[in-house]
Amino acid sequence: MIGKGILKGMVETARNMVGSFHDPERMVTVEYPEQKIPAKESARNFPMLIFDGDDWESGLRCVSCQICEKECPPQCIYIEKDTEKKPDFLGKPQFKPKVFDIDISVCMSCQICVEVCPFESIRMNREFEYAGENRFSRLILHKEDLAKSNTYYHDIHPTEATETDGVREQKRQDHLAKERAKAEKAAQAKKSCC
Amino acid sequence: MNLVFAIIALITLASAIAAMCLRNLVHCVLCLTVTFTGIAMTYLQLSAQFVGFSQIMVYVGAVSVLVIFALLMTRGGNELNLRDWNPRHWLIGLGTGLLTFGVMATGIFKSSLTRSAAPDSKTESVKTIGESLLNEYVLPLEALALLLTVALIGAALLAMPERKTASSPHSDRPQTKGDPTN
Amino acid sequence: MWFEDLLISLKQQIVMIAPEHFRPVFSAMLSTIPILSAFGGLFAVITLVERKMLGRIQNRYGPNRVGPGGIFQPIADGIKMLTKEDIIPFSANQFLHLIAPLLLLVTAMLGLAVIPFGHKLVAVEFEAGILFFFAIGGAAELAVFIAGWASRNKYALLGSLRAIAQMISYEIPLVLSSVAVLMAAGSLSLPEVVEAQAGGIQSWYIWTPWGFLGCILFLIATLAEVNRSPFDIPEAESELIAGHMTEYSGFKYAIFFLAEFVAMFAMCALTATLFLGGFHAPLPILDFIPGPFWLFAKLILLVLLFIWIRGTMPRLRADQLMEFAWKFMLPMSVMNLVTTGVWISLGGGVFAWVVGAVMNAGAYFGWSRLLSQSSRVKPRVYRYAEETKANV
Repeated sequence: MIGKGILKGMVETARNMVGSFHDPERMVTVEYPEQKIPAKESARNFPMLIFDGDDWESGLRCVSCQICEKECPPQCIYIEKDTEKKPDFLGKPQFKPKVFDIDISVCMSCQICVEVCPFESIRMNREFEYAGENRFSRLILHKEDLAKSNTYYHDIHPTEATETDGVREQKRQDHLAKERAKAEKAAQAKKSCC
Repeated sequence: MNLVFAIIALITLASAIAAMCLRNLVHCVLCLTVTFTGIAMTYLQLSAQFVGFSQIMVYVGAVSVLVIFALLMTRGGNELNLRDWNPRHWLIGLGTGLLTFGVMATGIFKSSLTRSAAPDSKTESVKTIGESLLNEYVLPLEALALLLTVALIGAALLAMPERKTASSPHSDRPQTKGDPTN
Repeated sequence: MWFEDLLISLKQQIVMIAPEHFRPVFSAMLSTIPILSAFGGLFAVITLVERKMLGRIQNRYGPNRVGPGGIFQPIADGIKMLTKEDIIPFSANQFLHLIAPLLLLVTAMLGLAVIPFGHKLVAVEFEAGILFFFAIGGAAELAVFIAGWASRNKYALLGSLRAIAQMISYEIPLVLSSVAVLMAAGSLSLPEVVEAQAGGIQSWYIWTPWGFLGCILFLIATLAEVNRSPFDIPEAESELIAGHMTEYSGFKYAIFFLAEFVAMFAMCALTATLFLGGFHAPLPILDFIPGPFWLFAKLILLVLLFIWIRGTMPRLRADQLMEFAWKFMLPMSVMNLVTTGVWISLGGGVFAWVVGAVMNAGAYFGWSRLLSQSSRVKPRVYRYAEETKANV
């Protein structure tokens, strides 16, 4: 019968419409910004600087070695070293960065800065809500915007954070072992000289 | 002379004159449409509802669109060139117009239309029109229907694509049925 | 009854305020303003209902940001349309560019004048009311042409010619399906057609065999006349941008939109009047609910049916559309007329009903089978280029 296809189609759409009210499977809309799709663990957007503890200035892991600034392909990182040295988590005195700027209109999220950082301090963030009021605002992220705590890092990338913590713990143990070996040798030398 | 009739007559005459005088043919057709509407309003003022609405339906709805289509399908949509007209044409046109007007006016005034009284609007209803169409005037009605059918068939025949005959240039080539190794 | 009498006495009281000479004009204004404001408000509501219903059909929410559940969306849409810049092409005909949407709106709204909303609630009582409706609908095609031609745009002109061709082709089945109703009711005036269906749901014309087919044909032709899906080639975005409405922006586009919806409402109201009993209640005991309420309920049901069809079917191609009108709907509506004649001459009882149903069903199935046979696909023939001395 001509028109049978149309009637079957209309029954299908009616079923869709009525079902959308009581069947949660049918409505696949995620109403942003009230609801968000949970991000995957390896999602990345722009870099962030990790700090340990509560105070972001003193706990900042970055020692402004400027390796990431040199390795960044579009050269979007700008670092200025501080004038006086402060001790890091191993006790060694290091220069902290006075200015650490990333231009996120240039950054291409290639993660090379993360791969080359020897101090496990720059990692990839996944925040994307960076809208500003005019055309050029909020395009440069400064040190205070980039500093995120280690607990935040654990929240967004748990496996990576645990791994990084393991690496840092290993470094601390190595440093302590070296210190102990040096102290023993100094004690040995003192004993042998006296 | 009614005020409403004066306004309707003014609109009709003005648009008819504009339909003759304008340069762009499409503007002329649109003014002609206004003329048709003016005539329909005259019919309605005389309470001839059937004729008035049929006038709108046929003339404004169909004939205007037909003229516009014919205009656009040929070259008439472009601006006309009025640079080469002769002053003599003006006199000939005026003479012809006066002659036609004289003949029509004489015909109307000498006929019985101006002497008989206007018919009562109550008796001329759609029902009486229908009855007279199917009783008295059934032969013209059927002849008109035949004419319209012939016109429709003719239009369909004119618009039909050419049927491919056996002597068309491609039909005597060997036709393979999807053999890629040929 | 009480509602209509109340309204008429109210109007007669208000008319007495005006001085003697202006009373006819004032009375006409008093009839017109409620109708126009009711349909204007209905237009705003139906745009929102359409978007939400289409969204639900497509497994998503409609607009739900502007108010609770999105109910202020029409206001937001109205503000957007009114504050947009009115861009007119430099070489377009300014006067015609302006009056084309106005003419379309006027013809759409004039159609509302002859629809009986209640027992004595007709804005203008014509003896040939339905002829007035179709005549004014014919004038709408002219407005579409003016819109396309005044834009000085080749593609707008082509789009408007296509739209006119569509509207003309579907006008014949529209008028012929309604002629069946006029044959049965015996008059061209719409209040009399409604009176002939008085008495409850069993006397509506849609239950008769010719009324059923006639109503379906009338609804399909209505969809094509108002350029609505699946016949919306003139206004679809992938077809010549917007056809005759390409060069319009802002308020004029809003007027085109409004005119299309008001024309849809007018034709749905006419369908309800011709086939669904107009302002009569389905059961005589529900007669205390006023007539306009029933008419608007039927109108809204038909509009929901149109939205349902829009969400279901894909768009028809231009040649499929014309083929459907001339090859299928025109013969079916003529056959419908023959069935109506047979039904009336057999008196309208059970025997007439059976004969009419057999004739209509036979015509429908037989004709559709005949049409689908002629378009059977022929086997595909491949012709390969041969390497001759000429093209090596």
